[in-house]
Amino acid sequence: MLRYLRLLGQWALDWIGALGRATMVGFWSLAGLPRRGDVMLLIKQIYAIGVLSLIIIVLSAFSIGAVLALQGYTQLARVGAQESVGLGVALVLLRELGPVVAGLLFAGRAGSAVTAEIGLMKATDQLSSMEMMGVDPLHRIVAPRLWAGIISMPLLTVIFNAVAIWGAALVGVEWLGVDQGGFWGGMQDGVELWDDIGKGMIKAVFFGMVISWIAVFQGYDSTPTAEGISIATTKTVVYSSVAVLAFDFILTLVMYGEFK
Amino acid sequence: MIRMRTIEISVGAFVLAGILCLVFLAFRVSGVGVGSTAGTYILKAKFDDVAGLRVRSKVSLAGVTIGRVSKIGVDSELGEAIVTMEVSQDVNNLSVDTGARIQTEGFLGGRYVSLVPGGEDKMLVNGDTITNTQGALVLENLIGDFLTKTGSK
Repeated sequence: MLRYLRLLGQWALDWIGALGRATMVGFWSLAGLPRRGDVMLLIKQIYAIGVLSLIIIVLSAFSIGAVLALQGYTQLARVGAQESVGLGVALVLLRELGPVVAGLLFAGRAGSAVTAEIGLMKATDQLSSMEMMGVDPLHRIVAPRLWAGIISMPLLTVIFNAVAIWGAALVGVEWLGVDQGGFWGGMQDGVELWDDIGKGMIKAVFFGMVISWIAVFQGYDSTPTAEGISIATTKTVVYSSVAVLAFDFILTLVMYGEFK
Repeated sequence: MIRMRTIEISVGAFVLAGILCLVFLAFRVSGVGVGSTAGTYILKAKFDDVAGLRVRSKVSLAGVTIGRVSKIGVDSELGEAIVTMEVSQDVNNLSVDTGARIQTEGFLGGRYVSLVPGGEDKMLVNGDTITNTQGALVLENLIGDFLTKTGSK
């Protein structure tokens, strides 16, 4: 009995310790004042994290938009309301599916890469050599990746939403023959700039922050072995996916729910 | 190793694509600028029943959207609903005997306020109330009336 209690205590202490270290990593990387050359580091990371994720984002967005239009059309056409398909697709994408799916893809595509990179740097003692040279790895390595994630996520989400709605329009209007005026008009009547697009963007920024924070911390805190890096990479994807879905519920509750 | 120049250009294109997509979402999807909010005036109308009407419902004249419902309140003394509407300044020549009806878009569509032009010379101005109104046609009431009528025969 006492042994189990001890295990529970150990687990809790580990968890609290990790949370504390994660907070320190996040705080000290974001708190550092920008220095000369930081913009270059940031641009390089936006390229690696954002630009290289574009292909998967655009392809998935198109498929999701097309599928939503197809499914929505078949159901709505039964009651003769196929014109609402535009509004339905747009609201679903802007409020929920855009930020969430982009977040999950981002975690899988970019988060895992960041963790593996930092983990390998740690395993090959690159981080400690930096410290010996008087270069702060939190500033030089972690901070640009963190900021790049926070900047890239909303951009990727906006592109995701636009491509998905375009895909839905292609399937709905061009292929299934939904009236063009009804499709776009219904969308414009029902979608609000702040309530739907703005709040969706808040979600995207938040997810970007959470995912890149988890990714850099898992890399920075990984056991410096091959196995440690593999565990850290897995943890990044699992934790950030769960965090995206959980925070999505909380953010929806706070922003749209009656709970105020 | 990709050259820095290529990286910079692609990041620039990425940010630009993001901004363009946001503009697309704002104008094409949410319809900012369609029926501009700039230059509207307030009209009120009293209805005996506004069931199904919501804030942001359309206000139309001859089928053209000219405004939005901005507030729905209730006059507890008379038991009437007071609907406040924002109507575009472009349509500022509605006569005082303009009628307002609550209608339904299609069979299952949303409710909207339809204005019916009148013939008087005096025009409605900001804050005026439309009195010539016809409330929402509630299907359940109609069916109820029908049933009681056929039942009493």
